[in-house]
Amino acid sequence: MGAMSTKEKTAWYVGALLIVLYAVIPVAYIVSMSFKSEAALSDKKFFPSDATWANYDEIFAGNGSDLFLPALRNSIITCLIATLIAVVLAMFAAYAIARLDFPGKRLVLTSALAVAVFPVITMVTPLFNLWRQVGLYDTIPGLIIPYLALTLPISIWTMSAFFRGIPWDMEQAAQVDGATSWQAFRKVIVPLAAPGVFTTAIIAFFIAWNDFVFGLSLTSTSRAQPVPAALSSFTGSSYFVQPTGAISAAAVIVTIPVVALALIFQRRIVAGLTNGAVKG
Amino acid sequence: MSTMQTRTAGDVAVTSPASKRARKSDKSRAEARLGWYLAGPAFVILVAVTGYPILQALYESLFSFRLTAPGDREFVGLKNYGVILTDSLWWRALGNTALITVVTVAVELVIGFALAMVMHKVLGWLRPIVRTAILVPYAIITVVSAYAWQYAFGLTTGFMNTLLGLGDYDWFANKWTALAVICLSEIWKTTPFISLLLLAGLAQVPSDMTEAAKVDGATAWERLWRVTLPNMKASIMVALLFRALDAFRIFDNVYIMTNGAAGTETVSSVAYNQTISRLEIGLGSAVSVLLFVCVLLICFVAIKGFKVDLARARGEG
Repeated sequence: MGAMSTKEKTAWYVGALLIVLYAVIPVAYIVSMSFKSEAALSDKKFFPSDATWANYDEIFAGNGSDLFLPALRNSIITCLIATLIAVVLAMFAAYAIARLDFPGKRLVLTSALAVAVFPVITMVTPLFNLWRQVGLYDTIPGLIIPYLALTLPISIWTMSAFFRGIPWDMEQAAQVDGATSWQAFRKVIVPLAAPGVFTTAIIAFFIAWNDFVFGLSLTSTSRAQPVPAALSSFTGSSYFVQPTGAISAAAVIVTIPVVALALIFQRRIVAGLTNGAVKG
Repeated sequence: MSTMQTRTAGDVAVTSPASKRARKSDKSRAEARLGWYLAGPAFVILVAVTGYPILQALYESLFSFRLTAPGDREFVGLKNYGVILTDSLWWRALGNTALITVVTVAVELVIGFALAMVMHKVLGWLRPIVRTAILVPYAIITVVSAYAWQYAFGLTTGFMNTLLGLGDYDWFANKWTALAVICLSEIWKTTPFISLLLLAGLAQVPSDMTEAAKVDGATAWERLWRVTLPNMKASIMVALLFRALDAFRIFDNVYIMTNGAAGTETVSSVAYNQTISRLEIGLGSAVSVLLFVCVLLICFVAIKGFKVDLARARGEG
């Protein structure tokens, strides 16, 4: 990238600060809510005037813990497995789509699109009935399977779009220069493809983590219920009390691993996209 | 000796093209087989996980069937579709859904591109911070985003009324303001998705091309429209299509914030209420099928109208 003028640089820095504010303000508000006492929750102020850990006590040790802790465990296990399966399967499929000529290639892409646009709600009722009959209702595998319907299509599309942008000729060029085909694959193709795979893994994980409809409909107890569904079933300490504080605290907790993951994968994205095929 | 030689030469002359053809078709057969070995598992899962439900939904939509009264199951043909298509609730939900889709996708494309440009250009210590920040709304659960925005605008919990000096204005009592908050949450949460895909596209724009255009005296605006955007058309189309289709299925934000109150129903929330809350499997399945048809129409327009085509790109790319 050429040298930027100071003015240009300043403009980009201002843009960067705006992005950070954009991303942080709603999160900051839910963090602030999570530290408010029951009385302060309705004071309509941005910051808590009397910060307290009471809401966290509620979800980790109090009434909310029976609901929240298993949900957190369920979400983590379900999403990790669903992401791993989806990314591996999609990587093979995307490689075939980008590089090989085979009848039915269009069929694979079209069905990926059809599934990606498939109304999630439509899957719920038939799966609900089937899962009850085969014993998958309210189990983690019973969630992983529909999660593949969420994560596979976008993984296939994103990765095959990315793989198509890779200059595969470079593999042959490396072989002409004396590399073995494995060396050519490992030294040339893998570094070019890795950014696409990692970007896809992020997308797939966050989509699975985000699911609400399946979690709401295909689980009923802490055996498999994931966090989003659990959040919407929090109840207040009494019938007349809104569970605002407990929801806010739980929301903050499920956001922490996500931010941690964003930090880890962010490096991959930066490294991947800046050293990608396109600069060669 | 000489006749034998002639025959051999003749044989070679005849068999050589044929064996070349055989080799070629062997090769393409092997390629086809490898293609299906690689793509097959994903394909089978995709078809199984959605093929069964949509067929089941199509079938169920032809019956009048409530789970609470399983004995009263009755074949009614297309009557469920007639009931839905003559109900103002369906058209209101469809209108809301279309409005949310158009507004959110249009806003997101513009903001998303700006975010992608900043992420692409910002260097130094700010770069990782910006890229992490952008991942935060994206990674946050929609339900959490919905609560954050609901609390921010809520009558008893919100700071927005204080900030805007609106006193005790109830955003969720009025259809349009409720939809506005729903759109805000949706935009906040999903713009990073678009900007990440656009960033991947931006990185694929050859920097020497933009440099060359700069040397030739093109303004930043011309470089954007003549060099950058055409070179990332594929990424833009994929981002646009996926977001539009995703927005059309909007459910989580509506469920948390209003649950369809104040006339804010969307197609998905109508389907959910019919199937899960009212246990009207027949009607709910018919709504689901109609939702699927709408979504197919959007796809059709995108693919035919905007030539979004992944499969054909291989030979020409």
